[in-house]
Amino acid sequence: MGKPSRRQFLKLVGATGAALLTGRGVGSASEGLQVNNDTIGMLYDATRCVGCKACMSACKRVNSDSGSLSYEQAKFDTDGLWDAPNDLSGSTRTLIKLFKESDKKWSYVKYSCMHCQKPSCVSVCPVSAMTRDKVTGTVDYNKNTCIGCRYCQVACAFNIPKFQWEKAIPQIVKCDMCKNTNLAKKGITACAETCPVGAITFGKRKDLLAEAKKRLQENPSRYQQHIYGEHEVGGTNHLYLAAMEFNKLGLPALKSEAPAEFSEKIQHTIYKGFIAPVALYSTLCFIAVKNMKGNGDSDKKDEGENHHEP
Amino acid sequence: MSHDEFQKHDAKILTPSFIVLLVLTLIGFALIGVRFIKGIGAVSNMSDGYPWGIWITYDVATGTAIACGGYAMAILIYIRNHMHYHPMIRSAILTSMFGYGLAGFSVMVDVGRPWNAYNFFIPSKWQANSAMFEVALCVMAYTTVLLLEFLPAVLTTLEKTEWQTLQNLMDRLHRYTGIKRPERMEERLESVKDLGAWLKPRLDKVLIFIIVLGITLPTMHQSSLGSLLLIASTKLHPLWHTGFLPLLFLINCMFIGYSIAILESIISCYAFKRPFETKELSGMARIIPWLTVIWLCVVVGDLVWRGQVGAALAFDFYSGFFLLEFCLVAGGSLLMFSGKKRQSIRWLFVSAALIVLGGALYRFNVYLIGFNPGKGWHYFPALAEVMITVGIVAFEILGYQVIVKILPVLPKLHTRQQLDDAHRLAEKA
Repeated sequence: MGKPSRRQFLKLVGATGAALLTGRGVGSASEGLQVNNDTIGMLYDATRCVGCKACMSACKRVNSDSGSLSYEQAKFDTDGLWDAPNDLSGSTRTLIKLFKESDKKWSYVKYSCMHCQKPSCVSVCPVSAMTRDKVTGTVDYNKNTCIGCRYCQVACAFNIPKFQWEKAIPQIVKCDMCKNTNLAKKGITACAETCPVGAITFGKRKDLLAEAKKRLQENPSRYQQHIYGEHEVGGTNHLYLAAMEFNKLGLPALKSEAPAEFSEKIQHTIYKGFIAPVALYSTLCFIAVKNMKGNGDSDKKDEGENHHEP
Repeated sequence: MSHDEFQKHDAKILTPSFIVLLVLTLIGFALIGVRFIKGIGAVSNMSDGYPWGIWITYDVATGTAIACGGYAMAILIYIRNHMHYHPMIRSAILTSMFGYGLAGFSVMVDVGRPWNAYNFFIPSKWQANSAMFEVALCVMAYTTVLLLEFLPAVLTTLEKTEWQTLQNLMDRLHRYTGIKRPERMEERLESVKDLGAWLKPRLDKVLIFIIVLGITLPTMHQSSLGSLLLIASTKLHPLWHTGFLPLLFLINCMFIGYSIAILESIISCYAFKRPFETKELSGMARIIPWLTVIWLCVVVGDLVWRGQVGAALAFDFYSGFFLLEFCLVAGGSLLMFSGKKRQSIRWLFVSAALIVLGGALYRFNVYLIGFNPGKGWHYFPALAEVMITVGIVAFEILGYQVIVKILPVLPKLHTRQQLDDAHRLAEKA
């Protein structure tokens, strides 16, 4: 092997190794799932909700600047007097829906980001545009880093992140707990502040869990005996109580293992310390160089020979 | 590594197929223009439920597998030490280069905020947990490697060039518009040539290390293309969602790579009226069934282990697509196991096509068909969306067609016999 080649080789191995070691350092920081109950969240009690949608309009009023949200028109309202979103979208971060099984059995449900303890969107974002605040537990989005690959949408089990499909300069839209708006000013999310019937409780996750358990105990016949979000996908900071089965409210039945734990485990096994790729490269180099040498000796004289014995 | 194994294909560039491909390309690029002005929603049927449509599924996930001919050939030649396949490498690398380059281009069309892509180069933004991060860096690196691998073809041409086309063009420009030749043009062209001559021996020296990098990188990102869907455990159908996704994608790209190398060789020999490379192709075809058998074993073993055999044989929508993918790959490999069939160009073509189709369907199943985000979401690509993909593929074929006619890419016809065959074929046409 010639000197320049060897130098080149070592440089390459060193550079890639070093680069990915740094990368791994970033990665390992988010490893290991420990539920932090001191983080903030919300408890939504579907049995209290009256479906007035005051939370929706408060959310849009407060956050419209920090997400270029627009009013969504109903087909019959061409003047846009009335905001009428059908679902969460690139203009709507929170939404009240009605699920009606019969005249007697129905329930409202509020959709917005679940603020997972181990969020899939944060795990998959290639450029760290999705982040989870260690202290508050809020999952936040930064449009100035986002490349718009929409992997977060693929990854989220709740289909929460929404993309602005109709815009030339689009972004992802999702609830950020009024991080820079209502929470910063008044210490509470706009939806929880506005709710006239106390269906949305804002607070630390541990207090919310205690409150939910208390309600389940005091009024067992009123509720499904399950706090949705306590264990789902490793725990979420947005918790639910309801009278109807949760999967009928569009909240999927999920395992308690976070999907991100599963995928990261595999990814980290393959790329542990970047040993496997470096080993693969070195082995292949060894074989290839040996092969070239063999051919240079026996076959017709070609550049392969010069290559090794300059 | 000698450069005289390759030759230019002497033929007209402006053929009818050139015009057709050019029109398709232009339509595609016009629609890309619309996408950038009016947003992705204006040209595609993607939705918040199906955020990845055919641009990711075909252009990136499947397109890069189909572009794995260069990867598969490099393993065969440099690692398994079958140097007699070397004359076929350049055309394989050229198609890989187009495949990967345009996959990268498709991503830039697909992502919503491409101007932020520079964040991939900022260490503080790196996110090593993300399979997408790994894929993105690897694909960028590999495209660079492919360019370097292809550079010798350009440099050898540069060595001998008299700049005939450029000279003619300049003359014509002068005649029609009166623009004078720039001063010292000869001198400058000479210095470009000198640079080429300076670079070539240096590149040759390190080329093997670049080639091996070109084997390592696809191994990494092809498996990571499978890892991308690991996280969608609630959305991807259990027939396809498994911890073995990275391994399955890796083996999948290898057998697609060899099969596509066979198809490309047959098609380009047919289209360019050259004799078929039957001996090389049948030798290469011997490897494929072994790879597919390993792949099929992992698929079946994994289904048994996870208790999903029932789902595979349920004969519903998902099971149908699974069985189709399975049968295409298995059928193609069965044909290739027969030594006799491997000697026939026709059977080689059929079996390789079956395997490529089956392997590509597997990727479609994982990215699109087996992906179900929940009630109420549907996806079928819009016409404009399809035309953008068609335009990009057309550009790929167009580029290949043109480059083999201006650079030494195709294997040199060696023997008298081969040359006579070529002449005979040309006369017939």
